[in-house]
Amino acid sequence: MSLNYVVAMLLIALGLYCLLLKRNLIKMVIGLGVMTDGIHLFLISMGYREGGIAAIVPAGMLQDNVAAGFASAAVDPIPQALVLTSIVINICIVALALSMAIWVYHHYGTLDPSEVRRLRE
Amino acid sequence: MRRVVPFIAVLVVGAILIFTVTNNLPPFGSFPQRKLGAFENQSIGQRILENGPRETGATDVVTSVVWDYRGYDTMGECTILFTAVCGILMLFLATRGQE
Amino acid sequence: MMAGMTTIVRTISRLLFPFMVLFGVYIILHGHLTPGGGFQGGVIIAASFVMLWLAYSLEQSPIEFKLFRTEVLEAIGGLTLATVGLVGLVMGMGKFFGHVLPLGILGSVFSGGDLPLLNIGVGIEVAASIILVFYAMLRKVGWDEK
Repeated sequence: MSLNYVVAMLLIALGLYCLLLKRNLIKMVIGLGVMTDGIHLFLISMGYREGGIAAIVPAGMLQDNVAAGFASAAVDPIPQALVLTSIVINICIVALALSMAIWVYHHYGTLDPSEVRRLRE
Repeated sequence: MRRVVPFIAVLVVGAILIFTVTNNLPPFGSFPQRKLGAFENQSIGQRILENGPRETGATDVVTSVVWDYRGYDTMGECTILFTAVCGILMLFLATRGQE
Repeated sequence: MMAGMTTIVRTISRLLFPFMVLFGVYIILHGHLTPGGGFQGGVIIAASFVMLWLAYSLEQSPIEFKLFRTEVLEAIGGLTLATVGLVGLVMGMGKFFGHVLPLGILGSVFSGGDLPLLNIGVGIEVAASIILVFYAMLRKVGWDEK
């Protein structure tokens, strides 16, 4: 019953609500971003050690080319690397979705997804 | 009326997610302990933390994971970034026949 | 077409621009010692250019923007990444992204094998990408009132 996991799941549910029930393309893209943030928070919280330091060797633990006592006090570095890659991919997805929303507005004059059903005559 | 069914679906999914997270996961903050089958006390992150600064020569373990232990994923991500920017430039800056 | 901002904002952004670029270059180069690396530093450099475009308008900005030069820079950044990886494979290290340069003393700037070169390549590519995306979207601002 920890706070990190519950807030991450609440963010995923809120993003899903925005994606399904809003009638504006820009608001749907905002919901996509909120859902991605919830997933990232959940992934990073899975690799936490109680009372650990960040995964960077500080200058005090460095004794003639060997990091001493570092491996038993640091948090997990792998989920942080995965989330770094995922953030960059999220940039590409949101940029392409917003570009397509701009073009839809230019052709149809409206941003309602239930009005853009017919091909352009 | 037809907006009630998606709303109930979102509530059901949220309830299932919160129920799963509070009951079936290892407790928060127990890093090398995992509860999956045979992987009781081993974790690949622990091995990377022990051998990382000595093998790669970088004090930042996250950067060495991104470039040394998982270099293929980062190269694929650069390809995705390049392709997406090519798509956006094609949408906005290409000259069209009519219009 | 696009209106700029007031005189105070223009003066401050013109004074802040070189320091932001310097900060971005610092984060790229020290990617193996402090948190950061190629992606984060590239976005900071791109943000400094976009700040100038927002304060002045796109046509009157003091930094002249050439489209062809930025596209070539982005391609060079991506090619640097693949070339450094292939050199490690060919020159006998046995695996893709094998280190060619020597690992140095832990904790100094000239350490980490190939990592600083890879960070610089990705930094250039990400900075050029974000600048191109913002230019393509900002050019169409007065689109519908023609």
